[in-house]
Amino acid sequence: MGIDVRKCIGCARCVVACKTENDVPEEPHFFNTWIERYVIRRDHEVDVDSPNGGIDGFPPIAEPATVRRTFFVPKLCNHCDNPPCVQVCPVGATFITQDGVVLVDEGYCIGCRYCVQACPYGARYIHPEKHVAGKCTFCYHRLVDGLVPACVEVCPTGARIFGEVEERATPLARFMQFNDVQVLKGHLNTKPKAYYANLDGEVR
Amino acid sequence: MQGYIYPNEFELQWSLLIVLYPYLTGLVAGAFILASLERVFNVKEVQPTYRLSLLTALAFLLVAPLPLLAHLGHPERSYEIFLTPNTNSAMAMFGFVYAWYLAVVLLLEVWFDYRKDMVLWARESRGVRRWIYYVLTLGATDISEKSLRFDDSAGRWITVIGIPSAFLLHGYVGFIFGSIKANPWWSSVLMPVVFLFSAMVSGIALVLVLYMLTTMFRWRKIDMACLDKLAQFLFYALVVDFSLEALDFIHRLYESEESIEILRQLIESRLFISLIVLQVVMGTVIPLIALALVSPGLKKGGFLRTPPELRQIIYLVAAVFIQIGIFSIRWNVVIGGQLFSKSLRGLTVYKVELLGIEGLAMTIGLLLLPFVILWVLVKLLPPWSDGPEPDTPPASG
Repeated sequence: MGIDVRKCIGCARCVVACKTENDVPEEPHFFNTWIERYVIRRDHEVDVDSPNGGIDGFPPIAEPATVRRTFFVPKLCNHCDNPPCVQVCPVGATFITQDGVVLVDEGYCIGCRYCVQACPYGARYIHPEKHVAGKCTFCYHRLVDGLVPACVEVCPTGARIFGEVEERATPLARFMQFNDVQVLKGHLNTKPKAYYANLDGEVR
Repeated sequence: MQGYIYPNEFELQWSLLIVLYPYLTGLVAGAFILASLERVFNVKEVQPTYRLSLLTALAFLLVAPLPLLAHLGHPERSYEIFLTPNTNSAMAMFGFVYAWYLAVVLLLEVWFDYRKDMVLWARESRGVRRWIYYVLTLGATDISEKSLRFDDSAGRWITVIGIPSAFLLHGYVGFIFGSIKANPWWSSVLMPVVFLFSAMVSGIALVLVLYMLTTMFRWRKIDMACLDKLAQFLFYALVVDFSLEALDFIHRLYESEESIEILRQLIESRLFISLIVLQVVMGTVIPLIALALVSPGLKKGGFLRTPPELRQIIYLVAAVFIQIGIFSIRWNVVIGGQLFSKSLRGLTVYKVELLGIEGLAMTIGLLLLPFVILWVLVKLLPPWSDGPEPDTPPASG
């Protein structure tokens, strides 16, 4: 998935769509995707927040006169090519599909939570009713029907771009051709497949 | 909560039960390594604790997987770790390391060590006891000199295999944490080694306490040579353990990576009591000074000459302080590692539940269970011979 940080307006329609589409618990601490707001002050202080993942909107920025720049960053599972979560799962319940999506087999996960610990991005949680690991699936059930993930579909500004990385004529391939892209926490060598354009160095 | 944490980080994943797990396995590994001192390294002074160490290791090993099991979201699927392990997963090796240690090392060693006694007890006892002992011998009732020699050498070899196995067991638990690159508080190549030496410290301290208490409650005389030797080894293990911890700490400070600021906040605000007060001061520095001053193993007669009664009390208090310190180490690793966000921008809090499957009551229960098992084991397989020595109060010298 490609994400153009400059296009994100923080409306969090994607978060709502994701929760609806994927049966993610409504409570505020379970998210397959969420929106972070960064406020960078003139004195280099950085304030980050994501109240209820962005669903309820963001409160007014305190002391606006001290703000240097501010932006929103959508977050989700990075579907890493070298995923620590898959590495640590003791029973192999979490795996990479042939097309590169990281999934959890809910009928197999023993709920040991090691994958949640191993994910550097906070992209996993334990489903409060199913007691298994939950995470973004890139809406795999939609992909197999030829649709794009729900978050991509609903984004009003086209900040999320989906497609195959290696094909030439996909929106994602074009996005990666015309933008400088970065990944999150590249130093951990997880080889993420969520590619960010216009990403600020403060984002972790 | 303070600063920013990822929304999914609100719930702490590994609770008090997972603090208990490395604590218990550490005691197992430590007690076994103590037993091996006598068996393989011929430290004859600690002989009175040999069997007690083995039984302690066994009792704690039997309980060690329970907190893990109770913590799983789907404990009914736990057998999948054995059937379809993901060979890339450190945690998947748990079942095999555990089974190896339990079946091949501890049970076999206990069996070979007790076989002769069990045969004799089977002959002496009546009724159910007789049958229990007979079943425990597995029908191997030959106690000729030749077969006893075999028992002895088999036991010795198993201990030789057992030492690296004990290292493996607890080093492996350290690896589970140390290999998580997502977590800068855990991710350290020193983690397995630190775990190992803290295991030795905790195991020796536990056996020291158990030896003193069981001897006192049987109204026997405490073997001061044994106790002094235990204290001496406890001191050595503590020095290595503390040095490694200090090295890890200094290394982090010196490297000063991007996580250093949040880790500083973590220590100053969330872990101050458990790390600085309990782990370092109470669990390490005070026992180190106390042992260094009174242990006759370090300087003939000790730097401070103390009567054996006073020394016993000092050892006992030091060992209890050390246990509190080691439990704090486990807490600081397991809970501490989850109190800061992987965004490195905020801290969260952990509130211990009182009841419930991961609560305080359960933890205390699981902490007491090994002692109950040990009590049964000691009744069944007495680690000491109560025969010849007359009943003398311990205070006599």
